[in-house]
Amino acid sequence: MTAASPPEVLRAPLVVEFPFTRSLGPVQSAFLTGLRDSVVLGVKTADGRVLVPPVEYDPVTSEEIRDLVEVAATGTVTTWAWNERPRPHQPLDTPFAWVLVKLDGADTALLHALDAPGPEAVSTGMRVRVRWAAERTGAITDIACFEPYDGPAAAAAPAPHDGVFQDPVTGIVAEARLDYTYSPGRAQTAYINALSEQRTVGERCPSCHKVYVPPRGACPTCGVATTDQVEVGPAGTVTTFCIVNIKARNLDIEVPYVYAHIALDGAGLALHGRIGGIPYDQVRMGLRVEPVWTEGGRHPDHYRPTGEPDADYDAYKELI
Amino acid sequence: MTGPRTSRYARDVAVVAFAQSDHRRRTDELSEVEMVMPVLHRVLAATGLKAGEIGFTCSGSSDYLAGRAFSFTMTLDGVGAWPPISESHVETDGAWALHEAWVKLQTGEADTALVYAYGKSSPGSVRDVLTRQLDPYYLAPLWPDSVALAALQAQALLDAGETDEPALAAIAARSRADAAANPHAQLRGDVPQGDYQVRPLRTGDCPPVGDGAAAVILAAGDLARRLCERPAWITGIDHRIEAHGLGLRDLTDSPSTRIAARHAGLFDAPVDTAELHAPFSSQEVVLRKALGLGDTVAVNPSGGPLAANPMMAAGLIRIGEAAARIHRGASDRAVAHATSGPCLQQNLVAVLEGDAR
Repeated sequence: MTAASPPEVLRAPLVVEFPFTRSLGPVQSAFLTGLRDSVVLGVKTADGRVLVPPVEYDPVTSEEIRDLVEVAATGTVTTWAWNERPRPHQPLDTPFAWVLVKLDGADTALLHALDAPGPEAVSTGMRVRVRWAAERTGAITDIACFEPYDGPAAAAAPAPHDGVFQDPVTGIVAEARLDYTYSPGRAQTAYINALSEQRTVGERCPSCHKVYVPPRGACPTCGVATTDQVEVGPAGTVTTFCIVNIKARNLDIEVPYVYAHIALDGAGLALHGRIGGIPYDQVRMGLRVEPVWTEGGRHPDHYRPTGEPDADYDAYKELI
Repeated sequence: MTGPRTSRYARDVAVVAFAQSDHRRRTDELSEVEMVMPVLHRVLAATGLKAGEIGFTCSGSSDYLAGRAFSFTMTLDGVGAWPPISESHVETDGAWALHEAWVKLQTGEADTALVYAYGKSSPGSVRDVLTRQLDPYYLAPLWPDSVALAALQAQALLDAGETDEPALAAIAARSRADAAANPHAQLRGDVPQGDYQVRPLRTGDCPPVGDGAAAVILAAGDLARRLCERPAWITGIDHRIEAHGLGLRDLTDSPSTRIAARHAGLFDAPVDTAELHAPFSSQEVVLRKALGLGDTVAVNPSGGPLAANPMMAAGLIRIGEAAARIHRGASDRAVAHATSGPCLQQNLVAVLEGDAR
């Protein structure tokens, strides 16, 4: 490695999980409750087409549709795709076919998985039937998958259904988790690496000469790259602050405490930090502070007074 | 002559500059703003405009790619957003950001617009990420990935006799051969068709996953001609959407593309160039039919999305590539298409024309 080689860019796992709670309208509620009870419902349009899965508005006329009908749990594959390598969360963990299935009695097709031994066992037009999940909660996954089926249609024609069930499902929780590997890029890697040495570095804009900390690689005023690295601090000035009176969950800090904007010496804008080592009601604008690092900490735990005289207002008023 | 040959709108608006990054599989060393900023500088330099002189700025991107909320606000640092600028964002492909900017210019509220788009797919698994844009009740819980959904569409085309696997392989080969002349493309030249990813689609039928950015500048009226020797006038632009249930649609056709094309005036006169946002080889078959493109039209001479498909930028790149051919005199009338969502769910069509020669 030569001296000119840039430092290795930092990487870390980043997990995004969100359990969206979604309410169901009358049509989707009936459909998903029906799946829980092994009944497949569709909805009938004004011109007599049966849509499965059902929707609340006619996709052609936009008219509200509420006319529920029961269709068969058997059907015909309208198109398919062989999935040799199932991905996480998909319905089956062995190779399977994705299929669009037109259930007997329906005029539109439902997307799901088909359990089949191999692609040679799958074809457009083949007959299939629902394989119900052992435990059903009122979700599309109550259909575990489809399976090949040689028999006749389970019902000849769609039958009217009132959509009324015991204990209807009115909502679903749409769980999702996505895994990322986050890289902060060159500028923030340098900032984070410097913090591990208890130093704070920013970057200077070559055009307006303002020093950004933390640096993000660009000057938002001039729209140009900030490449000139500058060490700032360690001491700084409180430019403004607030007193926090609500204790955050999982946060081991006694209230009230002070959260402040701190302009480190040499920085062109303030960053955030907690102020400690002084009663909360004695913190003031212009207070001179310095970072306090804890053992193994990757960033200052808090800032405490340096004991210097307060900074003159004119010295920091542009940074508020 | 003071405008395009045909005009159906209040103002004549043209693409006057286009720039894009080199599209790569990973760009770990670059934050998003670091990836976008050089592209912004290049597109501004092409017109001589400074960032502060732009009347309206609009961007396209998606938080789900980065895994962070409001990620687009970070890239505004590359625009020079202070003092405050007139700015907007669409959470989809930048082609739709261009449409919004075009509307802004039509209203007379601005005379120039900077449109940019970017996507870093490398931090996550884009096939899984894209499942989160699906209907949350009936589709998303099954996690059908983008390749699987495109494969269902491809099989429907095979069953209908609209194409066959050798024809799909030929589309892939032609795209990557054409991309050999495109220094920005990610996949170029002789790329093996490979194994099935989700049958009937092979690796070669699928777009590369990569990171990249693009930007264009729009200008209205005489200003466009002052900024660009041969402006690419937007003589028509429209976008339409299919019903979202895949099982409600005929996957072998794209009526939304056809309607958008008709409203954009595509069928009023022949085109010589088509830049199609067909991330999968099979989707080019659908789009050629919907747009009525004959064999004389140069389709995706840039290599198209099979050569580089940076999410959220690839559609804007189609408009940019079509405009760039008009700028350099390689095209007189071109169609550009952008898509979003599974199986060509949403489609935007723009018709671009150069001044008569």
